[in-house]
Amino acid sequence: MIGFRTLFYKEILRFWKVATQTITAPILTAMLYLLIFGHVLDKHVQVFSGVSYTAFLIPGLVMMSVLQNAFANSSSSLMQSKITGNLVFILLPPLSYWEMYSAYVLAAIVRGLTVGLGVFVITAWFADLSFVAPVWIALFSLLGAAILGTMGLIAGIWAEKFDHLAAFQNFLIMPATFLSGVFYSIHSLPPVWLAISRFNPFFYMIDGFRYGFFGQSDVDPLHSIVVVLAFFIVLAGIAIQLLKNGYKLRA
Amino acid sequence: MAAIQITDVKKNYAALQALDGVSLSIEPGEFFGLLGPNGAGKTTLISVVAGLIRATSGSVKVMGHDVQSDYRAARRQLGVVPQELVFDPFFTVRETLRMQQGYFGLRRNDSWIDEVMENLDLTNKADTNMRALSGGMKRRVLVAQALVHKPPVIVLDEPTAGVDVELRQTLWKFIGRLNREGHTVVLTTHYLEEAQALCSRIAMLKAGRVVALDTTNALLKQVAGSQLKLRLSGAPLPDSLKSLQIQHDSSYTALRINHIEEIEPILASLRTGGCVIEELQLEQADLEDVFLQIMDGAHQ
Repeated sequence: MIGFRTLFYKEILRFWKVATQTITAPILTAMLYLLIFGHVLDKHVQVFSGVSYTAFLIPGLVMMSVLQNAFANSSSSLMQSKITGNLVFILLPPLSYWEMYSAYVLAAIVRGLTVGLGVFVITAWFADLSFVAPVWIALFSLLGAAILGTMGLIAGIWAEKFDHLAAFQNFLIMPATFLSGVFYSIHSLPPVWLAISRFNPFFYMIDGFRYGFFGQSDVDPLHSIVVVLAFFIVLAGIAIQLLKNGYKLRA
Repeated sequence: MAAIQITDVKKNYAALQALDGVSLSIEPGEFFGLLGPNGAGKTTLISVVAGLIRATSGSVKVMGHDVQSDYRAARRQLGVVPQELVFDPFFTVRETLRMQQGYFGLRRNDSWIDEVMENLDLTNKADTNMRALSGGMKRRVLVAQALVHKPPVIVLDEPTAGVDVELRQTLWKFIGRLNREGHTVVLTTHYLEEAQALCSRIAMLKAGRVVALDTTNALLKQVAGSQLKLRLSGAPLPDSLKSLQIQHDSSYTALRINHIEEIEPILASLRTGGCVIEELQLEQADLEDVFLQIMDGAHQ
């Protein structure tokens, strides 16, 4: 347990020491999205009845920030340690693969939720938000961060250079996030893209999270939570198995 | 129970056989040397012992704990100083050492961390960020990191590569003290005089195999004896002495002798053969001579 606590603390300290880059910058980026898209579209688009576009956008941006930063935390930490060689300090001690998994993912959750909270606090001033079902808000943000933290861990284990990690981020995480309904309802999409979106787990995370605010969503939040939970269990199983086998970590 | 028990360990990387059936037993309290040229498999073997890589076959136990099936117990017994000068640029020296202690499941023990830092002359760098340290200081922190959990077995993989005399002396004084207190020490180094001075027993690796394994004194005696170095002119070395020849180049001929009494008959043979002795030196063989002879395959 002390091993887990230490690795968790180290991971928190690692991103906290460069908070300008890891916390402030993503909050600013989300705010720019809100200012630009909100300003351009607020008068023209209404997705849910009685909800302005800016208000609709805020939970999407919050969740997008949670997901992207949770991924960035575990993936960049592991990748930097691999490239610089200091991963040896984690591999030599008697840390179990459970401890490693929990510490990396929990730290990713903390970073994701910290950035998400920051985005929310800044952007909430721009629209009237309601909190119809706060439990769903907590549940989806927590599970979403855990999923992306786990994906970051898998990407960090798999990638052999920063190029690989960038490919993972740019060709998988970014499209999946942007095509998940952050900026729109999937019901506004053509039937083909609507059908494809239903295979995107990120869509369920954002849709369920948004339900917590407005009580309205594209699909039933119970359906979403089952999909998200199942996705998390599968990914966690893969990550733990990779750590257990020492895939690309213990040659 | 051996401190480290290595049994028929093999490690293949595609076509390359990095370790080819290595078996070694290192006893508790030993100061053991693991020598070999670059690429002999020393670091691979240490990595297998430390659990950093998995052997293709064979088994390794540290203080009776298998490094695979009982890896947590095995790793608690082991402190490894890696060869590469690696560090985490986010943290200070003290933070680095506290974290390393925590990874080993120990509650914070600042008094031991202070003692380790003091013995490695790191005290005044305790709150300095790792990035700001010189190469030698970073090397000291690497050694300190391996010792924060007071491991009974300490493995140092070329700890003095590229460091100044002061650090070497500081390091060997501290490691020597730990060895006298009962810690087992395994050392790989290219500085053979260090190995000769420090190690009670030595294994030499070549191409992934153990080619010599004995006490340092026995290796020095068995393989090399003394050397009679001669600069000759007038005639080539007589055939009767060629069996003693262990080294020959354009300036010197080196002959192996076991006893001082052997010198006189050699000199007589040289005179009879028409050789003129321009220069003569009697040298005690050192570990470097032993190493070169074994690696050349002269005495296999």
